[in-house]
Amino acid sequence: MKLTDDEQKMLDGSEGPAVHRAMDLLVRYGEALGAERLVPVNNVCGTFVAAGPMIREFASKGNNAIFSEFNLDSSEQVEMLLVKAYTCHLVMGIDSKHPEMNQGLEETVRIQKEGEKFFGAKGVNMLATCTPYQVGNVPVMGEHCAWMESSAVIYCNAVLGARTNTEGRESTGAASITGRIPYFGLHIPENRIATHLIDVKVPVDDMMDWGILGYAIGEMVEEDIPAFRGLVAQPNMIKLKHFGAAAASSGGVEMYHIPGVTPETRSEEYAFGGRAPLMTLVYGEAERRIAYEKLNSTAKSHDVDFIMLGCPHNSIEQVGLAARLLEGKRLSANTSLWVFTPRALKEVADRSGYTALIEAAGGHVLTDTCPAISRIMPKDTKVVATDSAKQAHYLPAITGVQAWFGSVADCVAAAVSGRWHGGLR
Amino acid sequence: MSTIVLHGRKVVGGVSEGEALVTRETVSGWGGFDPRTGKVVETRHELCGISLKDKILVFPGAKGSSGWSQYFHLARLAGTAPKAILYNRTTTKVALGAVVMRVPAVTDFDRDPLDIIETGDWVKVDADRGVVEITKKSA
Repeated sequence: MKLTDDEQKMLDGSEGPAVHRAMDLLVRYGEALGAERLVPVNNVCGTFVAAGPMIREFASKGNNAIFSEFNLDSSEQVEMLLVKAYTCHLVMGIDSKHPEMNQGLEETVRIQKEGEKFFGAKGVNMLATCTPYQVGNVPVMGEHCAWMESSAVIYCNAVLGARTNTEGRESTGAASITGRIPYFGLHIPENRIATHLIDVKVPVDDMMDWGILGYAIGEMVEEDIPAFRGLVAQPNMIKLKHFGAAAASSGGVEMYHIPGVTPETRSEEYAFGGRAPLMTLVYGEAERRIAYEKLNSTAKSHDVDFIMLGCPHNSIEQVGLAARLLEGKRLSANTSLWVFTPRALKEVADRSGYTALIEAAGGHVLTDTCPAISRIMPKDTKVVATDSAKQAHYLPAITGVQAWFGSVADCVAAAVSGRWHGGLR
Repeated sequence: MSTIVLHGRKVVGGVSEGEALVTRETVSGWGGFDPRTGKVVETRHELCGISLKDKILVFPGAKGSSGWSQYFHLARLAGTAPKAILYNRTTTKVALGAVVMRVPAVTDFDRDPLDIIETGDWVKVDADRGVVEITKKSA
């Protein structure tokens, strides 16, 4: 790989051992990719605090040890430096403020608080959400980024037109203190054009429709770049957030094109860069039903214990909707309802009265994490209902629960009745 | 005993050998693989319940969460990682995962390893030279 003079000096140790180790990792990683060079980045979203499952077993070694091993892949311990690039923290291991989630997990809370203090002092901004674009980190079109979190990566590329590959914990750590990432994949304009045309034959309108479409398309195209024909209803941020999260769970989609909606897609022809699609696939009634059934394939019992909303983290509009659906109602004695949103938006939910409405019904508003990341759910949860295709995909694999996927209204109704009555309509 | 030789591009250097575990399905890290046991846990995956530990893993590529590298990094520290990985499609997930797993890794083969290698075959990987030598289990 070809390095600039400045990069070569960083690799040689001119900025100390941490930057040396970071450059060493970026060079090994760049060579593994077959990349020719690095590209400057000044927008990094990664994960540093060691409060998640498994990784917290290493936390007693201290935050410099955590940073060296898990953010730089360095067996030699180095001292973390003030970040060079604008860097934000993604989701955490626990909602350190919420007693509902913290029972018996005081040690995890302590690790997280210490980690926040340590990495915060190094310039890592504690957004603590999988949706940095909902709370102020909104890259502009063409901006080179180094983001983790597959649902944020696809949003960053497709909806915002900024450029990032799906980075990992180690590569974002190295990027934070060097301001570099391999110039590969979606950083390169010609790699951003569509490969597969998806001919959508059924209406796609509400959030559930978009989730199912994303889940179906992820399996169909895997790592490729779909462009869509026939999506006539205008989506908003919430729908594209769910759609992207689903497509990045069943497959590895990092970029897509919707003519007239996504910023790099003036037209269908433009999406393919003037070339013919490699393949045209149909999304019709049968494909929709199959994806829906796959999403619900783990669910057997209609008695629901736990309703989870907010994967990816809810926008304030979604928290408001959940609050209105719950107004004047009371959760079943057999269910728990957790609504996840970024902590910055929880503040808005508190001020707007949404948190009070949800709590009056017996639910909770939580922040910082989710059940799949934290592996924390209400005690004895066996059957979950969620409006998130991503959470329905991952929770059964990670925790062994059954999962129902449906609309937010179906989920709230299940929270109130304790029974699942959702379905494909 | 007859052997088949494949040539590819080094991803991570080193030499290793072991029994092949082959899947035509892309593999998840976070949310699809448990580093404590080395087993695939993705509910609808053909390898669900099967351990990758000490295998020569032959697969199309990585999918899913950006926690891919971290989970295979944890597998290295827990001693549950594969001995080597051979794959077709280079993405940031699988490349970074290979780097932090620190096992020999090869891609960009002259022939598709998924067509040639079967689960149970004995596979020698010389990643530095990009050479993979396969001894069929049935031979």
